[in-house]
Amino acid sequence: MLKRVGDTIDTSDAVISIKDATFPAPFASQLEFNSPAHGNWNIVHTGMLLPQARQIYVCADNCMRGVVLTAAEMNAADRFSFVIIEEEHLLNGNLEDITIEGVADVIEKLPEHPKAVLLFTVCLHHFLGCDLERVYQELEERFPDIAFIRCYMDPIMQKTGLTPDQKLRKAMYDPLPQREADPKTIALLGSDFALDESSDLVQLLQKNGYTFKELPRCQSWEEYLELSKASLFVSCYPPGRYGARELADRLGRKHLYLPACFGYEEIASHLNALADALGLPKQDFQEEIESCEKALEQAKQEIGDMPITLDYMFHPRPLGLARLLISHGFAVKTVYLDAISLEEKEDFLWLQEHAPQLELAATIHVKMRVLPRGGEQEVLAIGQKAAWFCRSSHFVNMVQGGGLYGFDGIRKLAELMIEAFREEKDTESLVVQKGWGCDCCL
Amino acid sequence: MRQSYRIIPIYTADVSGVCSALYELGGMTVMHDPSGCNSTYNTHDEIRWYDQDSLIYISGLNEIDAIMGNDEKFIRDIEDAARALKPKFIALAGSPIPFMNGTDFPALAEMLEEDMNIPAFSVPTNGMHDYVYGAGIALAEIAERFTNPESRCTNPRSLNLLGVTPLDFGPLSHVQAMKRSLEQAGWEVLSTWAMGDDLDALARAGEAAVNLVVSSVGLRSAEVLKRKFGTPYVVGTPVGKFTERLVNILEQTVESREDTIAYLSNRLAGEAEITVIGEPVTMGSLAAAIEMQTKRPVQVLCPLRETEGLLSFNDAAVRGEEELEMRLKGAKNIVADPLYRPICPPESRFYELPHIAFSGRIYLKKLPVFAELCR
Repeated sequence: MLKRVGDTIDTSDAVISIKDATFPAPFASQLEFNSPAHGNWNIVHTGMLLPQARQIYVCADNCMRGVVLTAAEMNAADRFSFVIIEEEHLLNGNLEDITIEGVADVIEKLPEHPKAVLLFTVCLHHFLGCDLERVYQELEERFPDIAFIRCYMDPIMQKTGLTPDQKLRKAMYDPLPQREADPKTIALLGSDFALDESSDLVQLLQKNGYTFKELPRCQSWEEYLELSKASLFVSCYPPGRYGARELADRLGRKHLYLPACFGYEEIASHLNALADALGLPKQDFQEEIESCEKALEQAKQEIGDMPITLDYMFHPRPLGLARLLISHGFAVKTVYLDAISLEEKEDFLWLQEHAPQLELAATIHVKMRVLPRGGEQEVLAIGQKAAWFCRSSHFVNMVQGGGLYGFDGIRKLAELMIEAFREEKDTESLVVQKGWGCDCCL
Repeated sequence: MRQSYRIIPIYTADVSGVCSALYELGGMTVMHDPSGCNSTYNTHDEIRWYDQDSLIYISGLNEIDAIMGNDEKFIRDIEDAARALKPKFIALAGSPIPFMNGTDFPALAEMLEEDMNIPAFSVPTNGMHDYVYGAGIALAEIAERFTNPESRCTNPRSLNLLGVTPLDFGPLSHVQAMKRSLEQAGWEVLSTWAMGDDLDALARAGEAAVNLVVSSVGLRSAEVLKRKFGTPYVVGTPVGKFTERLVNILEQTVESREDTIAYLSNRLAGEAEITVIGEPVTMGSLAAAIEMQTKRPVQVLCPLRETEGLLSFNDAAVRGEEELEMRLKGAKNIVADPLYRPICPPESRFYELPHIAFSGRIYLKKLPVFAELCR
């Protein structure tokens, strides 16, 4: 049995001070470790948001195993099927045939046709030059009542182009038809979680009589199609931006990218951009800011100097979050991330100047498997990976920013931090679950 | 259609099999793949991942390196990691894209061994076989390269357990129960391949009088140990009442030195009244135990690919969901992983027997101690 060897392995290359970090890639690309914190959504979780649809994957055993069990663990095996690619299909060059016939066979065995099939092809289809147009044309001719959605599980492409996740967040809106725009309907696209009802964005729209639609709230295929009626599309989750922009272009609508963030000025600028787009007057956010200050002060009073660690999986803006907390006196010790988003350049530079000793730790570096996890002092962790690496039972259990947004999001974060400080959680049982917020049979 | 699956999942694949078999031996296993295999393995196929360290990594292969056949980054990254972590060996496992590109893994392993002076080998996986293949070859490599050729048998009632991974047996405590059942019968278990023992323990495998292959994963290593040390082997898993018969066959085998598949003898003829689904050696042994207890014929349906010589006259190898569903028509009593339930006849009586290599960690908390079934 391998014994922990962390005592003799130094942290160099895996953990650095932000003052020494390069932007946007503070760590070299090498072999990768994968920690057992799995709350982040994958393409199966996201695909399941599409109501009355079925996912069908066409790939080899090894790639299939992860996605089919994701579906089983979220109690959605009845909306998931697959076709196995074998060696002979690669050697005989008949990948198109096995894809078409396999998918057709699955559909024919179903008690009723789904409204849509999210058909996931993989790296092998790409590398073998599979004629996907022929595949989709044939399937669309055989099953004209089904919308076939072009999805990809091709991670080999993700370092040089769009990730499978980004492509999925575009493809999921491809079936939306051209419908007459309703000037009083706004749709949020590309997020896995519905925005909190109390969030600034939702409140702004509701107060001004707008109908607000988003995919996580759609219960039926017809409700999903109604997203087309929006006169303005908004996206706030970075991987969803590309798909929202593409849809807006296709339907001839306006798109606003208003990412969730932690800077007061940036939040205000986003909300004012939305107000502008709708012809509404600009707002004064002084009261909102004061309310946030109060919430953060209360959290600081309670948490005191307890060290805080946080990770990129908790929120797409981990450095923005670190900046907010450090500027309010919190003892942020480490940020777990593997790369820095281009959106965070300003926060990165601010932290280099104002918190030069802040640690950046790579979550996938090979040493992170064996370096000691946690120390003598308990830390408050924000995010699942931070909790695992620090062996913390005091942690905020959320991924991808949840439904937090704007000033309201900051206040809720402060509450979640207080809750994490006061109450212990069973870290192992929580962080190993896939797809935070999804049904889970574990 | 054999390749299409409407509702049931698929077994753990070869790449995860390699990682699982080598997990506790102090080496470094590198999957050459873009991404995904690592997460799949450690989420669904590896119950030790949360709190037991092992140097299992992924290369993060990208499109450009795959197209250009650039293996330099792969080699350099492995060497950098090996310098920092000092593994006892390096194992390479390929996935579909390197298979398609014809990546020369044996040559890469040779280069690594020369450069680093660390034993290195590759397992010819491509993500299109099941775990038995990957884990089996990985353990055979260990038998080939790391067992002490000078070893000689000193205790005629000593054995090695071959083919032990959590994929078939669950947590270490379950494996210890299996060992105890043999120790209580007077056998000394020298090493367990590969749970609960380190590489040094496995290196002494040549000292055993006999090898006990407890799952099909152990067959290849049994063959290697036979060739290297002349050790005969018995195929069968200690389970319930069958353990006593197995122990007798072990004793006979030490004398006769004839390899034996223990669970195939004395099986009941006639139409099967009970159907079990799964890995051939464990399920064959369970079938024998059920027959001893109930006196009713049992049939094994094996959806895994390596079944040659491992099935009884009532048993069948099956491929794919469709064939399995057909075979199950008319089955009265079925013992299988709960995720098989949707394709079983609704009127059949279903007995849940979770198998990590099929349903992953979903039923881990309900996993019975295999050796203690059918007592």
